[in-house]
Amino acid sequence: MSDHNYVPSSKLGKWFNDRLPLLSLSAHLREYPTPKNLNYWWTFGGILTFCLITQIITGIILGMHYVAHVDFAFDSVEHIMRDVNYGWLIRYVHANGASMFFLAVYIHIFRALYYGSYKSPREIIWIIGMIIYLLMMMTAFMGYVLPWGQMSFWGATVITSLFSAIPMFGESVTNWLWGGFAVGNPTLTRFFSLHYLLPFLILGLVILHIWALHVPGNNNPIGIELKKPSKDTVPFHPYIVIKDLFALLLFLIVFAFFVFYSPNILGHSDNYIEANPMITPAHIVPEWYLLPFYAILRSVPDKLLGVVAMFASIFILVILPWLDTSKIRSAIFRPIYKQLYWILVLDVIILGYMGAMPAEGTYLLIARLATTYYFVHFLIILPILGKKEKTLPVPPSITEPVLADAPNPQMFKKQEE
Amino acid sequence: MSDDKKVQRRDFIFTASYALGAVGVGATVWPLIDQMNPDRSVKALASTEVNVGSLEPGKSITVLWRGKPVFIKRRTPEEIAEARNVSIENLPHPEKDEDRAKNPEWLVMLGICTHLGCVPLGNKGEYNGWFCPCHGSHYDTSGRIRKGPAPKNLEIPKYEFVNNNTIKIG
Repeated sequence: MSDHNYVPSSKLGKWFNDRLPLLSLSAHLREYPTPKNLNYWWTFGGILTFCLITQIITGIILGMHYVAHVDFAFDSVEHIMRDVNYGWLIRYVHANGASMFFLAVYIHIFRALYYGSYKSPREIIWIIGMIIYLLMMMTAFMGYVLPWGQMSFWGATVITSLFSAIPMFGESVTNWLWGGFAVGNPTLTRFFSLHYLLPFLILGLVILHIWALHVPGNNNPIGIELKKPSKDTVPFHPYIVIKDLFALLLFLIVFAFFVFYSPNILGHSDNYIEANPMITPAHIVPEWYLLPFYAILRSVPDKLLGVVAMFASIFILVILPWLDTSKIRSAIFRPIYKQLYWILVLDVIILGYMGAMPAEGTYLLIARLATTYYFVHFLIILPILGKKEKTLPVPPSITEPVLADAPNPQMFKKQEE
Repeated sequence: MSDDKKVQRRDFIFTASYALGAVGVGATVWPLIDQMNPDRSVKALASTEVNVGSLEPGKSITVLWRGKPVFIKRRTPEEIAEARNVSIENLPHPEKDEDRAKNPEWLVMLGICTHLGCVPLGNKGEYNGWFCPCHGSHYDTSGRIRKGPAPKNLEIPKYEFVNNNTIKIG
């Protein structure tokens, strides 16, 4: 961090800051130079921080009333819903909050894909982000098991059985994960323990994510390096803070709509049936945010290769900074990439839809084609496209295209101040 | 190591310390890992006895053993014939029905799809056996995988007839 020159005005502040420079940190966060052309797609970092804090607070409260035991878990969740004061609200915020968290993280990730935010010098930010995403999926999966409904039980069975595909050690690994010979009480208690732990790991990684961000500074819609601070930047506070808060408000409207008007639409009705190890529901469907990966898993006819493909589809994102060979970050100046980006978005949406459909007939065929395209996009198209694509001229600064395009008198005025 | 430097006593001490340290860390970490394995109370429930005297031919029951469902099916002569008249070379996981059902009338197997652990449904699927609704695996009247993503036949647990009416699983 660059602002070592901050000196607190009060004597006490100076005394404290010399011993623990928290005030310098806060000054850095206020003055942090931010590109002035950031659009609303850049507000999801703040929204995600809000989501994480919301999940941690509501989760700690739910943990006060929940009982992690196969005989009591389902009933204790109903107890929260019916007896605990505002228990219904807190649980619905937590359950829908998970979906909102993933909605925001997908927008955040796809924003990075569009504007090339993962490219040098921001690879570490991206990789930390991918680890956070992976931990989010693990946390969400284990959280979904806790109510001990039918989908909890069978979702847990299917996902933990993925590890039985490991050659040689498959069975011992799954028995170790379960603490038994099937998903049971030991599985539930350890999932509760880990579900409580992982969000705090995520919080730690979020701090590293932001720290790594503050070294090179934000990417921006035109994806050029900026001089900081300069005419191209504004201080984080109040400009970005106010904008982020406004975006958060809009996001909260969507959030509140789900919580208050359709709190169960994103869940599965079978999860209101208590877990029964003797009966598998007709369709086991994971939560919506895991569906694309589920589709990839199912579209490979071989068990081990299906599992490998599913994990590979996530790992491929981790090495994306080295798969995309283009030096130009923003899709605005990459006419072909821009179109392929939208095809990828469509491809992932198709995969998600196919993940919710039964794995047979036309659905399976489409899922296979979409899976193939997903890998072709990252492993073949991106490395070649970066070398071949004829990119558009990139402006030398943010101020320039604004002035060249349509003179805006207010803009001149602001800069003169 | 460069040529002029011989192996010193100190190098030996370093290597020995690292090795001992690694053993110590391993010994400390092992209990933390092993505590997650099936515990004594889980292992103690390792066998179940089932009375199958009232089961009619063509019917099956499902019992829980070690937290897993076990199918006990009393097969009809047609089902036995169907299971035995298959040329096993063409099967994804070739096993003779004779090896799977010691007493041809009784088929005892884990009701757990070998794909991802769902419970298959009885008297369903293209081979009149079991069908897994999760990812579409079809099993025949011997519980052998015939079509779909599952890699193996339904597993046969260790079991024995204690008397004419009782099966002990495990």
